[in-house]
Amino acid sequence: MSVLVYVEQVDGKFKKSVFEAVSYAKAIADIQGSSLTAISIGNVGENELKELGKYGASKVLNVASDQLKNFVNQAYASVIAEAAKKENADVIVLSNSFSGKGLGPRVAVKLEAGLVDGAVELPKLDGGKFSVKKNAFSGKAFAITELTSAIKVIALNPNAFGVKESAVDTSIETFTPEVKATDLAAIVKEIVRATDKVSLPDAELVVSAGRGLKGPENWGMIEELAGLLGAATACSKPVSDADWRPHSEHVGQTGIAISPNLYIAIGISGAIQHLAGVSSSKVIVVINKDPEAPFFKVADYGIVGDAFEVVPQLIEALKAHKG
Amino acid sequence: MKILVCISNVPDTTTKITFTNDNTQFNTSGVQFIVNPYDEIALSRAIELCEGGKGTVTVINVGESTTDPTIRKALAIGADDAVRINAAPRDAYFTAYQIAEYAKTTDFDMILCGRESIDYNGSQVAAMVGEFLDIPSISIIKKLDYDGTTATIEREIEGGKEVVSVTGKFVASCAEGTAVATIPNMRGIMSARSKPLQVVEAKEIAQMSQVTKFETPAPRGAVKLIPAESAAELIGLLHTEAKVI
Repeated sequence: MSVLVYVEQVDGKFKKSVFEAVSYAKAIADIQGSSLTAISIGNVGENELKELGKYGASKVLNVASDQLKNFVNQAYASVIAEAAKKENADVIVLSNSFSGKGLGPRVAVKLEAGLVDGAVELPKLDGGKFSVKKNAFSGKAFAITELTSAIKVIALNPNAFGVKESAVDTSIETFTPEVKATDLAAIVKEIVRATDKVSLPDAELVVSAGRGLKGPENWGMIEELAGLLGAATACSKPVSDADWRPHSEHVGQTGIAISPNLYIAIGISGAIQHLAGVSSSKVIVVINKDPEAPFFKVADYGIVGDAFEVVPQLIEALKAHKG
Repeated sequence: MKILVCISNVPDTTTKITFTNDNTQFNTSGVQFIVNPYDEIALSRAIELCEGGKGTVTVINVGESTTDPTIRKALAIGADDAVRINAAPRDAYFTAYQIAEYAKTTDFDMILCGRESIDYNGSQVAAMVGEFLDIPSISIIKKLDYDGTTATIEREIEGGKEVVSVTGKFVASCAEGTAVATIPNMRGIMSARSKPLQVVEAKEIAQMSQVTKFETPAPRGAVKLIPAESAAELIGLLHTEAKVI
């Protein structure tokens, strides 16, 4: 019995969401009284791999192969399933990231395992039952899901558990599983990644704006505010539908669901579909000139006022705050 | 060309979510069910790719006869025919297995799904179908072009996109951007009634998971209003009181 965590690398580095997944997996190993092994695929340096020990991984399986330098879920799933067998793992943890969503289900089928994606809490082990709480109905509810299979796969939502240090000695072991040619049928042609912006799905702070901004030309102050906070930018559905902002920024029921520590909604009335995607944010700030906007009902802080007057004040205050 | 599109029967996006039987069951009373919005995007792209006699679109749903109206809606949008695997979907593993087993009996070029279902917010079925069939699966795609043999796909990644090329059969789960969901017209609605809907019995497979209880989020406390003229105070409150910046 052991826990295996997949650590997704981007350009040879681990992001915060990876350390969060390792922290979560370590907590499960502690509940079980077992040990935690991490599996890294792609070219990651030894120092970066050693970092995983800080969060509780006592062993790291390092699959450094040129063939596997790009993420192809079919091949990566084969490698992770092999690692799970080798480590006799009965719980496999990964981040519920874009890549994780394509990977977890394949790993689950390979291991004849049940999968909970979008987990928000540690599993509860109660009378032989293994249950995990997950988001459901787009943030309007949680579903307690019991995994009845022998092996369990859990995809953890970003910002749900937090990074927790639990330093252990770490050994790094080279792992060279065989990869079938058919597992590499999907070919990665190009990766385009904006490195100067905070990525929305795992952002801790998010500044979002809606139709109240009147037009795409007015997003300068939103980006300035987000920049000062180190926040990601987001938008409502009408805004992305009108092509004022890219679809990748649309949060809500049919966009992406996020749960940052702080969500600032500017000029968004708060339709039920929008609230569904953001209601699990820890702190919500609403700025709207309509005091009747439904968003105020779920807000922690509210300012009834014109965005074009309020946001510049916030920018000035933030500059002063940062000194 | 033949495209299979998986559709899920979900509560309308404006539904007030409540539960019955000591919070163990979703309360379907008075709830309007719809085609999962992301599946509509997948369906719309499939119809576009098959336009001009280039192919046919089959929608596939795992559900009991109560989902037939939702299947008819998909036919009204423009699918050519439909298959319903006759079983209440137990979990994603079960659903994906049924779809894969059906796919094995038919010749198809691609299987499209939505990025997730808006009820259980699972993003599992597409990749599981890919694994059951041992073919590539690309999750959360934003663009799909197909030249008859090779698909060029853009998928979402944190902070950007990745372009993937696949030759041969594949599965993809579609997000916004892949297509604009088509609204059925009167002709579509009329013709949907007479389009074929085949019912296939489900195959047995072990259950991997089950929802045992639902919870609703704790209500938030009352909003703290800050006068617009002293908006700057918000920054201090976020720092000292909420401790998020």
